[in-house]
Amino acid sequence: MIKTLNLSKRFGGFLLDDINLNIDKGEYFVILGPSGAGKTCFLETIAGIYEPDKGEIWLNGKEISKLPPETRNIGLVFQDSALFPHLKVIDNVKYGLKIKKFKPKEIKEKVDNVLELLHISQIKNAYPKSISGGEKKRVALARTLVLEPKILLLDEPLSAIHPNLKRKLQEEIRSIHQELNITTIHVTHDFNTAVSLADKIGIMNQGRIVQIGVPEKVFQQPNSEFVAQFVGCENLFKGNLIEDNGVKKFKNERLSFQVTTSHKGQAYVSIRPEDIIISKNPLVSTSARNCLLGKIAKIIEKGPIVKVVVDAGEDFMVLITKESLKDLELKIGEIIYLVFKVVAVHVF
Amino acid sequence: MKTKKRIDKTKIIFFILGGVVILFIVLPLIKMIVTTNPKILWETLKDQVVYKSIFLTIYAALISTFLSFVFGIPLAYCLARYNFWGKEIIEGIVDIPVVIPHTAAGIALLISFGQNSLIGKAGAFLGIEFIGSIYGIIIAMAFVSLPFLINAAKEGFRLVDVKLEKAARTLGAGGLKSFFTITLPLSKKSVVSGMIMMWARGISEFGAVLIIAYHPMVAPILLFERFESFGLSYAKPVGVILIFVSLLLFVILRIFMSKKDAKEI
Repeated sequence: MIKTLNLSKRFGGFLLDDINLNIDKGEYFVILGPSGAGKTCFLETIAGIYEPDKGEIWLNGKEISKLPPETRNIGLVFQDSALFPHLKVIDNVKYGLKIKKFKPKEIKEKVDNVLELLHISQIKNAYPKSISGGEKKRVALARTLVLEPKILLLDEPLSAIHPNLKRKLQEEIRSIHQELNITTIHVTHDFNTAVSLADKIGIMNQGRIVQIGVPEKVFQQPNSEFVAQFVGCENLFKGNLIEDNGVKKFKNERLSFQVTTSHKGQAYVSIRPEDIIISKNPLVSTSARNCLLGKIAKIIEKGPIVKVVVDAGEDFMVLITKESLKDLELKIGEIIYLVFKVVAVHVF
Repeated sequence: MKTKKRIDKTKIIFFILGGVVILFIVLPLIKMIVTTNPKILWETLKDQVVYKSIFLTIYAALISTFLSFVFGIPLAYCLARYNFWGKEIIEGIVDIPVVIPHTAAGIALLISFGQNSLIGKAGAFLGIEFIGSIYGIIIAMAFVSLPFLINAAKEGFRLVDVKLEKAARTLGAGGLKSFFTITLPLSKKSVVSGMIMMWARGISEFGAVLIIAYHPMVAPILLFERFESFGLSYAKPVGVILIFVSLLLFVILRIFMSKKDAKEI
């Protein structure tokens, strides 16, 4: 679908360095990286705002590296929305269609649909300055989606909006993606967003893609110190959220435990290693709801904190102090219980 | 307890000094208007020569403004958007007409556009004579007032976020289209005010026009000629009319500038 080969571009003192990506049709690809990693530059190069110094961009089997942006039909939603302040919401959305000389009837139909899709019909006659940040993001998205781009590039579409709205918009982006099955590259520095939305993740740092893979793989097996530090997320598991006798549970082939969330269906969960208690006996009459039986697979002593890897179907990483290790006399191969509270389980 | 209101001496001194400036500008204008003989003013208003001259001035300044728009706007855009070697030099060149004496500018134009110059000969071939014609007036006006338009437009373009142009490009607009649909409408205020400034500046131009085209007579030259030939009382009415025309343009400019635009961010 879209492919970059050894893509390089210098921007003043900054360099996009030798980027090789291959994104399949309909895939939701998230580029995760700290600010200043070159994510925006990368998107703008894909969109054609900059011409690469070296390397190629291929879209549907055609090389587009040298094409001007207006002929690529690649949609780019800018981080701060970049709405045209002199045009009403509806005229912002119409802009591309008018440029492309669609018939008025077609324009109306397409615009009405997309306004509906993003729930912004009621603000269509407002000017950008008088709508909220979240609405601006929706308008920007509508303005891009109405052109039915071959590929959708999203630059931090969830930044700078209220956390509650963020969650909602994130869900909408997910469902729009599913509905339209549009190939998407989404760049963000936000770990949660990345895990929630991504089919595949690429970690970017200093102008390079340093690791690519499905989220659980990237987070569980970081290939470098940088990735480990940046996204390092231990105890990340993929599975389904189900209801069992009125109790919300996370379940996959090897694990099952209680969670609390409004999410449904497929999800990722993670538990911080310091939130898990190791116990020699099953803990009863505590507020912790989850208690899993496991076998100690590894004990890594480094400084005052000890990492204990416990196989409880999947590997759990647990952090304990040296004193605890000594007092409990933990040994490799020993059967113990892992105890954690429902609220310690983070659901993505 | 009653406290005495503090007296801000600095403020008072500054206001007094500032007041002097305002009086300095306003008094001569008022004096000129009130001391003008209404009868002569009325006659002057009916005077075909005056009427024609003012019309010529406004017309020539307008043409020179539009011509400058065609060539000056692209330059202003380049200066606002791109960084290139020698940009400071170009910006300096644009400002030259402001700093050199306008009579000197007139001489320079005379040499470049006169019958013996290359441009003069090319013009003659097309039947255009620059010296002593409206073409010469237009050129002189453009030369001395171009910086007003270019600098105003440049500032306007600079204030338009590049991201908006990028967005337009990804939405299918080519470079020119994005300029005309996004950049220009968003900098409309600066560009139009630059044009009005340039127009007004062209209307008041004396020195450069004097050298390249004494005839046909633009209003400032007519004023000068009336003063030389008939004396103060016949020069004043022309001056009053000219001031009114210029002020009118200026008022329009101010209204345009202060008009609150609902669409602005």
